[in-house]
Amino acid sequence: MNNIIEPTSEKHQSSQVVNDNPFYDPTLIKRHNKAKRFKFFTIASIVFAICFLVFFLGDMVVKGLPAFQQTYVQIDVTYNKKTIVSTRKAIDKKYRRIVSRAWLRNIPKLVEASPELINTTRKTWVLANHQIDQYMKGHYYKIKDKQLKLIQQMEQQATIKLKFNSLFFTHGDSKTPENSGMLSATIGSILTLIVTMLTAFPLGVMTAVYLEEFAEDNRWTQLIEVNINNLAAIPSILFGLLGLAVFINLLGMPRSSPLVGGLTLALMTLPIIIVSSRAALRSVPDSIRQAGYGLGLTKIQVVQDHVLPLAFPGIMTGSIIGMAQAMGETAPLIIIGMIAFIPDSPSSIFEAATVMPAQIFTWAGMPERAYIERTAAGIMILLSVLISLNTLAIILRKKLEVKW
Amino acid sequence: MTKNMDYPSNDITGQKPLNNSLLNNKIMVQGLNLYYGDNQALKTIDIDVYENKITALIGPSGCGKSTFLRCLNRMNDLISSVRVEGTVIIDGKNIYDKDVDEVSVRKRVGMVFQQPNPFPKSIYDNVSYAPLKHGMVKKGHKCDDLVEKSLLQAGLWNEVKDKLAQPGTSLSGGQQQRLCIARTIAVQPDVILMDEPTSALDPISTEKIETLMLELKEKYTIVIVTHNMQQAGRVADHTAFFHMGELIEYADTETIFINPGRKKTEDYITGRYG
Repeated sequence: MNNIIEPTSEKHQSSQVVNDNPFYDPTLIKRHNKAKRFKFFTIASIVFAICFLVFFLGDMVVKGLPAFQQTYVQIDVTYNKKTIVSTRKAIDKKYRRIVSRAWLRNIPKLVEASPELINTTRKTWVLANHQIDQYMKGHYYKIKDKQLKLIQQMEQQATIKLKFNSLFFTHGDSKTPENSGMLSATIGSILTLIVTMLTAFPLGVMTAVYLEEFAEDNRWTQLIEVNINNLAAIPSILFGLLGLAVFINLLGMPRSSPLVGGLTLALMTLPIIIVSSRAALRSVPDSIRQAGYGLGLTKIQVVQDHVLPLAFPGIMTGSIIGMAQAMGETAPLIIIGMIAFIPDSPSSIFEAATVMPAQIFTWAGMPERAYIERTAAGIMILLSVLISLNTLAIILRKKLEVKW
Repeated sequence: MTKNMDYPSNDITGQKPLNNSLLNNKIMVQGLNLYYGDNQALKTIDIDVYENKITALIGPSGCGKSTFLRCLNRMNDLISSVRVEGTVIIDGKNIYDKDVDEVSVRKRVGMVFQQPNPFPKSIYDNVSYAPLKHGMVKKGHKCDDLVEKSLLQAGLWNEVKDKLAQPGTSLSGGQQQRLCIARTIAVQPDVILMDEPTSALDPISTEKIETLMLELKEKYTIVIVTHNMQQAGRVADHTAFFHMGELIEYADTETIFINPGRKKTEDYITGRYG
């Protein structure tokens, strides 16, 4: 071989060296390049997805963070019999276009709560209206020159400033944006989810245990199985229609209530819980069941004491993920009326309520600029709740996992 | 070789009569047929298992020996497509009679599996769980005694007495298998079925289990399925050779290994197939 090829040029020499290598394979470069290209594409798609996520979250935080602050002005408020009846007169005329009407409406309640206020005039931090608030946060807003001057004057005296917006967490929805908050939607969500959990979890787990451990494999169980899998793929709005038809029209349950909402979401969550619970049960090694039966245990003893504890982390994970999905669901709840304007928090599952995503949906459709930041802030809260639910699922799974 | 001339010409099932004047029949299997759906896996098995003896079932893979073993404590009932015909008489009662509960059969006829399968619970709970559920003991001294006695019998007590609260799965493979045997003994069965109990273990653990089996046969009747013919030779009093769902030959272990009555048995023993 060496004698045939004369080393005439450097190029030849190098190829000569390569050919001497017993591991030389000319197709390898091409194959490696193909692998590299493929790797590049996979990484590119991940980077692309991460960019989307970062943009989405960043936009959300930038838009939503201002909602956690609210503008307050320090002015004299007069409390007496006249101002309780006509609350506008409690403050100086020039401030009337700065202060929130919702706050003024609250004066009678304030006096009722602390009667020593009557017949006094006090310097108080008063909620500003949303136009002023948006101006203070640097957004353009149509404000008359007169008020603009007044605000600038107040800024110099430090009698107008941004404070932490506690109202957002203690109030329900309101027609005045500065006075609206997430509380009633949050409570509505909690009540709805409790109903969902209490219905879907036992039903789902029981169904899964029956199908996986007790049912014989025949046409009926196959039919049930196919239907459950199909149920998981049904558009959620159809569950809303079903809820409307069955729970409200047929059974006469109160419209817009967490009871109906929870039951509707339970229908939607059931297939998820059943499918994930079955997967968890199936992953329990058969040797454990055999061991139990071999000792003369009954089916229920084997399932209850050996199979379920092993499957429990998986069942919990599936259920919590199902719950998280139910929590973010809006479409079926719109159909059953949980999109209603709910200023006061519901105190039972029979009262009209709204839920967090429905509240976000409502705000997103409002014309006032102040609702935009509230929409973003609402999404932030909903997302953080969902993330904590998922974290809980992971922690639970790690904690309950039985070491083999 | 003159062995060919020994083949009994009038023996239809291939069974050689055992000298059983000194033996008590513990299990009598008569005309046992088993079907997986339409597929017949066991064909008219007749066999007697004797008390306080070790009976080994040997044969190539898929010959039905494990399936047969599982007929003896009705474990096959767990598979819905299985249909069993014939009788399995244990202590004078056909366990396939309608008035016999399969759960109580499995309590009297315990089982040890190929893979050690302790429950993912503590060593103590592994042993005490079934007796507690059967109501044989209540929590307390008696339960502790039973656990100790069972572990002693399984030759595991000295190794685990200081760590009873540790998970059973923390033990080595051989220890796990002995734990499984202790767990089976704790229910106080009459018969112990072992389905290739040492095939997942190393030679030293295997030897321990084999010694244990020889000790246990004083109290229990043992039926063991094994792929390892040396093992059958070492521990078994009687050996049954299965092939294609049929019982080809059943005799004293010595006879089977030294002077088999059938050509198929000899071929298998000498390693011509299987």
